[in-house]
Amino acid sequence: MATAEVTVQRPARTVSERMVGFLTKSPVHLTLILVAFIWLVPTVGLAITSVRVPADITGSSWWSSLLDWRYTLNNYDTVLSRANMDRSFVNSLIITIPSTLLPLTIASLAAYAFSWIRFPFRDTIFLMIVALMVVPIQMALVPLLRLFRDMGIANNYGGIWLAHTGFGLPLGIFLLRNFFITLPRDLIEAARVDGASNLKIFLRVVLPLSVPALASYAIFQFLWVWNDLLMALVFVQNSDLWPMTIRINQIQSQFGIEWHLLSAGAFLLMAVPLIVFFALQRYFVQGLLAGSVK
Amino acid sequence: MSSTAVPGPVGRPRGRRLPTFFARSSWQGFLFIAPAVVFLGLFVVWPLIYTITLSFADTNAKLKIVDWVGLDNYKTLFTDDKEFLDLDAFPPTGAFVNNLKWVVLYTTLSLGLGLLIAVLAARVRYESMIKAVVFIPMAISATAVAIIWKFVYDPDPDIGSLNALITLFGGEAKAWYGRADLVNYALIWAYVWASTGFAMVVLSAALKGISEEVIEAARTDGASEWDIFRRIQLPLLSLPISVVTVWLLINVIKVFDIIYVLTGGGPGGASEVIAFSMYDETFTNGEAGYGAAIAVVMLLLIIPIMAFNIRRFRSERVIT
Repeated sequence: MATAEVTVQRPARTVSERMVGFLTKSPVHLTLILVAFIWLVPTVGLAITSVRVPADITGSSWWSSLLDWRYTLNNYDTVLSRANMDRSFVNSLIITIPSTLLPLTIASLAAYAFSWIRFPFRDTIFLMIVALMVVPIQMALVPLLRLFRDMGIANNYGGIWLAHTGFGLPLGIFLLRNFFITLPRDLIEAARVDGASNLKIFLRVVLPLSVPALASYAIFQFLWVWNDLLMALVFVQNSDLWPMTIRINQIQSQFGIEWHLLSAGAFLLMAVPLIVFFALQRYFVQGLLAGSVK
Repeated sequence: MSSTAVPGPVGRPRGRRLPTFFARSSWQGFLFIAPAVVFLGLFVVWPLIYTITLSFADTNAKLKIVDWVGLDNYKTLFTDDKEFLDLDAFPPTGAFVNNLKWVVLYTTLSLGLGLLIAVLAARVRYESMIKAVVFIPMAISATAVAIIWKFVYDPDPDIGSLNALITLFGGEAKAWYGRADLVNYALIWAYVWASTGFAMVVLSAALKGISEEVIEAARTDGASEWDIFRRIQLPLLSLPISVVTVWLLINVIKVFDIIYVLTGGGPGGASEVIAFSMYDETFTNGEAGYGAAIAVVMLLLIIPIMAFNIRRFRSERVIT
């Protein structure tokens, strides 16, 4: 930027002028550097710990290891094989994927009706569904557990899929409906005049135009389910089916605070959300903003 | 925006007969929402009603109702359960009081820091980098956040970064999550760290919406940076600030995962909150009726916030 300014007709800023400029802004820079420090150091510390030799972790600090380069991936190997984290990684995927696709499908169908089909009490029903958005999951734990036991799905993935779908729907319907109503009215009316059925308009017109909104909600729900602990604790009773969030707690109680296991486990748990986040950051932030601002 | 064209009863003149199109397709509308209604009815609404009923009952270990006790569960909760609310102690203690601390500190700190970072970052060239760094914890689970901070808080200054920093300046290492007087603040800070990014992103997006020209004009008129923030930016941010506050409040009333992983409610129950008591009474002690009463208390705390949210939602639709 400094060079760009020099090329303009204005007289070049001298070094001292630039120093003054920086210093008047220095409280801003110092605060932001402190912020970056506070938000990075905890994660970086655990990341470095996860690749250190177990004996080193208890013997010396993680920051001293920056000078004494001796890293290994063995901790990841140990936590995957000895602590069953490999199985839990797969379990997390098996829990998360249907718990994302099912509410995505059901919510988009409903959102289409709430935005483009007229029927009695439509807005009242929509408002009631929006109101359900803040029902805490605690209000449903015991009844759902009993229901799932009666249905015989408390010992497999069925219960947690259904529970996540139910509790993910209100936000999904809300987000998608808010997006669907912004689609051009002429387009949908034209399709209707051409004799297209509602299902056809939904599949051929509305869905293809709504990919960003669908992606935002899908990512949001995916991360929500992947990161969930409470519902998994209650609805996944069979320890062979535990997702990673529960397994990490199990490592704590089984082996005590073993930082080489906990740090590697935590990073395996974080890996998927971080990849999703960095690859699809735009959609994620959009979903978040839409869910709150609207 | 073309979103003014909200079809539906809103803009229809009163008393006019419904167009034929309406009548013909209305059953299809119900067909499209049917799966959602069935799922919500079965897995959200019915459990909600069931839990309210359960809160007036005593249950056995299999979570089945054995006796109706009226309001006894609620009475015990607020008068005779020192783990939930102990007003005899000074200052008062218990899960309910802990949660109040959470509400005040978590909400103000997340909002305040989010606003500060959003405003400051807008003035530097590395804005997007700072924002990404602060936002990343939003993507990861409370479980992972708990492990990250348990490591920072480790009592051994050779392991825990915080104690290392303190001993470096001649202070004494503390058991941050092992002491009843510190544990709640340690937990609250860890969760603030995780949530500040949310407040920052929403407020930063709103700040970007404020026209540069207005701010430049104020600057030429000799307004200080503080004046610009106080008199131009802050008033225009009032709606997004209320949005963020609502989100943070609902979030903090439900806080559970981070406590379960970092302290398990300890030491000696010192870090329990409402949601934790609910889980503990229901699944550890097998008191489903009592746990249901706690869940209802959570709902009653959230309802006013929800009412506020819906009112705003309605008023906003009138505007757009």
